[in-house]
Amino acid sequence: MDAILEPLRYAFFLEGLLVATLSGALLGFIGVFIVLRGMSYIGHGLSHSIFGGFAAVQLFAAQFYVLGAGLWGIASALAINAVSRRSRLGADAAIGVITTASFALGVALFARFGTSGPSFENALFGSILGISPEQIIGLVAVSLLAVAFIFLRYRALLFTTFDPGVADVSGIRVNRVEAQLMIVLSLAILATLTVIGVTLVAAMLVIPAVVARMLTDSFGRMLAWSTGIGAFCGLVGMYVSYYAEVPSGTMIVLVGAAVFLVVFVLAGRNRRRRSAGLDPHWEPVPATPSLRS
Amino acid sequence: MTGTGVGPELIRLTDVDAGYDHEVVLHDVNVHVHEDQFTGIVGPSGAGKTTLLRLMLGIVRPMSGSIEMRPDLRMAYVPQLETVNWDFPVTVLECVLMSGSRVGRVSLPWASKPEKAEAHAVLERLGIDTLADRQIRNLSGGQQQRMFLARALYRRPELLLLDEPTSGVDVTTRHDVLHLLADLHEDGVAIVLTTHDLNGMAAHLPHLVCVNHRVIADGTPADVMRPEVLEQTFGARMEVLEHLGMRVVVDERPEHAMKWTS
Repeated sequence: MDAILEPLRYAFFLEGLLVATLSGALLGFIGVFIVLRGMSYIGHGLSHSIFGGFAAVQLFAAQFYVLGAGLWGIASALAINAVSRRSRLGADAAIGVITTASFALGVALFARFGTSGPSFENALFGSILGISPEQIIGLVAVSLLAVAFIFLRYRALLFTTFDPGVADVSGIRVNRVEAQLMIVLSLAILATLTVIGVTLVAAMLVIPAVVARMLTDSFGRMLAWSTGIGAFCGLVGMYVSYYAEVPSGTMIVLVGAAVFLVVFVLAGRNRRRRSAGLDPHWEPVPATPSLRS
Repeated sequence: MTGTGVGPELIRLTDVDAGYDHEVVLHDVNVHVHEDQFTGIVGPSGAGKTTLLRLMLGIVRPMSGSIEMRPDLRMAYVPQLETVNWDFPVTVLECVLMSGSRVGRVSLPWASKPEKAEAHAVLERLGIDTLADRQIRNLSGGQQQRMFLARALYRRPELLLLDEPTSGVDVTTRHDVLHLLADLHEDGVAIVLTTHDLNGMAAHLPHLVCVNHRVIADGTPADVMRPEVLEQTFGARMEVLEHLGMRVVVDERPEHAMKWTS
C-alpha cells in the first residue's frame, strides 16, 4: 500500500498521474473508431505531423506553438481524409506521404534555423515533469469535447465506421462526420503528447482498442473496455515509470503491451480472430457458385 | 404480380453517361423507376449494373444527361455481402438500429423503446428476431442477408435497391430472399436489384433490364430472355428453354460444358 501512496505525496506525480490516466482513457476511447476504420497507422502519422508543426511554429511564434501545432495536425488530418477519399490511394498511403512530409519539414526547419529546447524533447519522448496547469486544462477540455462529440454523434460514427457506403445513402454526411472525427483525433493527440510522447502516442490509440475487441462483440462495450484499459495503462504505467525512473510514455505503452499479451494468451482462438479482422483486409464470406455468365 | 412500372415515377434517368475517372462505364441510359416496379438489372460482370444502381442512389453522378428523383423519396440500400467487415463488433439489433431516421442528426447514443420495438418487429417479420443479440459474424449467409434487409426495411423505404442479393447464398436462401422481396413488393415497396443469376433470380422477376455498358433491352422475362438479347448482353450464345412455364437459360459456350472422360 505504501508503494501506491508514497508517490502521491509529490504534486508533480499527482498531476502526472491525472494526466496519464486521462490521456490513456481519451486515446483508448477515440482509438476504437480509428482501429475499426482500419486507420491504426494514422495515430503514428498524425503525432509525427504534429511534431513537425510543433517544431516549425516554435521557431516563428513560440508563444503560439500549441495552437500552431494543433492547426498543423488538423490540417494534416483533413488532408489525409481528403486524399484517401478522392483518389485511388488508400488511407495508409495518404498518411505515409502527408505526415512524414510534415514531420520532415518541421525537422528541416529546426535543423536550418533553430535549436531544440526542453519542450521539444518532452514532445518527443513524453515527460511528467513540468506539466503546466494550462496543459491539464487543455487535456480536460479536449476529453470533454471528445465525449460530447461521440455521445451526440454516436449513431452516425458507428454507421460510417461500419458501412460508409450505405451510411452515405442513409442521410449521413459521411465526409463531414469523418472530418469532425479527424479534428477530435488531432486535438487528442496534441493534448496527450506531453505525457506519452510523439513516438509512443500511436500505441495508446491502438492497444486498448485491440484488447477491447478481444474481450467483447458489442460496439458499446468495446468503447467502455477500451477507455478503461487506456486509463489503467496510464495509471499503472505512471507508477512503474516512477519506480523504474524511465520516461512515462515508455512505461505506459509497455503496460499496454503486457495487457495485450495477457489477454491474447488467455483469449481463445475465436477471440483472437476478432482482432485479426481489425485490418481492412477482412476475410470475405465464401460465395456459393451461382450461374455466372 | 405487377412490376413493369406503370405507377407514379420515382426516378428518371435521361440520356445518362456515367463512369469513373473519365472512363465511361454506362452510355446513353434511359431508365424510369415507378412506384410499383420490381426490376432486375442483369448483365455480365463489369457491364455497369452496380454503377446503374449507384446512379439511382446518388453515389455516382452522371457525366452527362440528367437524373430526376421524386423529392423526399425514401430509399434504402442493401450492399453485397462480400463487401462487409463481418468481424465488426455489432449485434444484429445494433446493425438494424443504425439506419434509423435519426441517424443523420444529433441524437442520444442509445435507441428509444419505440425504436427498439420497431426494430424487433422488423426482425420478427424476417424470422431472425431470436438472433437479435448475436454478433453478425455468427450468422449464416441467409441470416446475414435477412439482417441487411431488416436494416433497409427499418427505414420504411418506398424504394429498395439491392446489389446482388443472392450472391454468396445457397439455393434455399435464394428462394427465401426472392419470396421476401415479392412480399415486400406486394406491400407497396418498389424494388430494383442487380443479379448475375439468370435462372435462379432473373427469370422469377416481373421486369428485367439487360445491361452491357448500355441498356440492351427491358421488359418482362418473356420479352428479354431471348437468345438474341442474351447474346448481345452477355456476348455469348445461349439457348432458352421453357420448363413449367418458366424460361431456363442454357449457356452454350463450350468452356461451360463439363466433359468427363474415363
